[in-house]
Amino acid sequence: MDKRIASAKRADKIATVIFCIIAAMFFLLLFGFAGYVIIRGIMSAKPSMFGFTGYDDIGNQLFNTIYLVFISLLVCVPIGVFAGIYLAMYAKPGRFTKFLRMCIETLSSLPSIVVGLFGYLVFLIVLGMDRSLLAGALSISIITLPLITTTTEDAIKGLPSGYLQGSLGMGATKWQSVYHVLLPACLPRIMTGVILAAGRGFGEAAALLYTAGSGSRLYWASTNIHSAVNPWNVMRPAETLSIQIWNLQVNGQNQDLANVSSAVLMVLVLAFSILANALSRHIQAKNAGQVSGGKKR
Amino acid sequence: MSEKVKFEIRNVNLHYGDFHALKNVNMDIMENEITAFIGPSGCGKSTFLKTLNRMQDFEESARVDGTIKMDGTDIYKDMDGIALRHTVGMVFQQPNPFPKSVYDNVAYGPRIFGIKKKAQLDQIVERSLRQAAIWDELKDRLNKSALGLSGGQQQRLCIARALAVNPDVLLMDEPTSALDPISTSKIEDLAVELKKDYTIIMVTHNMQQAARISDRTAFFLLGEMVEYGPTAQLFANPSDPRTERYITGRFG
Repeated sequence: MDKRIASAKRADKIATVIFCIIAAMFFLLLFGFAGYVIIRGIMSAKPSMFGFTGYDDIGNQLFNTIYLVFISLLVCVPIGVFAGIYLAMYAKPGRFTKFLRMCIETLSSLPSIVVGLFGYLVFLIVLGMDRSLLAGALSISIITLPLITTTTEDAIKGLPSGYLQGSLGMGATKWQSVYHVLLPACLPRIMTGVILAAGRGFGEAAALLYTAGSGSRLYWASTNIHSAVNPWNVMRPAETLSIQIWNLQVNGQNQDLANVSSAVLMVLVLAFSILANALSRHIQAKNAGQVSGGKKR
Repeated sequence: MSEKVKFEIRNVNLHYGDFHALKNVNMDIMENEITAFIGPSGCGKSTFLKTLNRMQDFEESARVDGTIKMDGTDIYKDMDGIALRHTVGMVFQQPNPFPKSVYDNVAYGPRIFGIKKKAQLDQIVERSLRQAAIWDELKDRLNKSALGLSGGQQQRLCIARALAVNPDVLLMDEPTSALDPISTSKIEDLAVELKKDYTIIMVTHNMQQAARISDRTAFFLLGEMVEYGPTAQLFANPSDPRTERYITGRFG
């Protein structure tokens, strides 16, 4: 009997140590990797690299990255949220819904280079767009769409069933219940999904290779929206930070600039990831300690 | 006791797919009374309650046969489900205030029905909260989240929310089963107060509660309505042996 307890305790200790090692490994991996990229970026940095000329700096690329992701969110958030609402509230269990779910799962695990080729084929060849910010943004939305859809669906399904019942019991329609009660209640969780989607979009390169082009010169005072150097023109080619890194590495022109660009991208992605985490923690705390949520209002 | 029939229920059967959940229910529910449905878990009492405001419309597999007339109008054939739920309000087992402010919770129904004027909404909110005997507790925290209230306050808020759209009938599905004894007695007092203006139908798992506040009681068992009569009579002198065995605590 004593022997059995002793050996069980030993196994317990060994398991604990293994888990701690694995956890430490993740910690080291992230910090080592992020630290390496950021420190090399700082070491290579020159003030001129943070300008907006389009020559040997990253300002325009940073703008392009944010603008492109913003446009892609404009496309994928409404579609994804509606798709999520449909799956959570309207889809009847059956073969069609099963198939639809399978499609969304497949879409979420699609290699981004394939999405890039798809974007090239559809937006450039079939629809006849040029390599442009819009074509890139649309390709990115294909990647982020399943993320938004599943977050929305999970968020709605995670709400207490009393919200829907209560609203229907008042004589509200299903849509009124969704719009006035369920959506506001799960908006913070959907926001978390949107931030994660933005994080994915920032780092994406493969899907943009064939679609976004590599324009980096912008004329900030331009008033002609059709001009290829007008920053707000979505039909112009646009080089993002990730594409810039790729270009610089492939052409071997300016290693220092690539380092800085990588560091900035890294910080951007980390910042969004931390923001998403903080937001979801805030929501969890609010849901758990409902009183504190009440006091704040 | 009241003489006017509010609900006239004839040969009501309900199926969930192949499952026969309600078997040939016949009863008259009187206006301005509290009618209690008692019975063990799974006996169909809550299911039957939900046929009265057609909440089954939202369940794919449910099928209702027979006729239910409210004030002489067939609620399944001659009434719209939404209009019906406007007239027949519902309070649920778990207090379910929306994650909004107290004010927005009560104003939810009126807003859904198109009332937008602030002054009018203010008036409705105050009236409803007063009717639910919770105005004094909440008048200073109308803009605070309803989720911060205690369970008993939440349930009375839900009653106020249901009253805000001026219903005739209030369905209560075990409204006190999640509450402490003090909150329970407040809700019971409130129900007795409200029956002057509303018809109240209450499902309860608690026989003493039915005995304390209801005018008539119906006993359900296995989807069947076994016995229905004035509460005092049903408890003192049940005519069906199954009723007697249930109310004396031999099963359930």
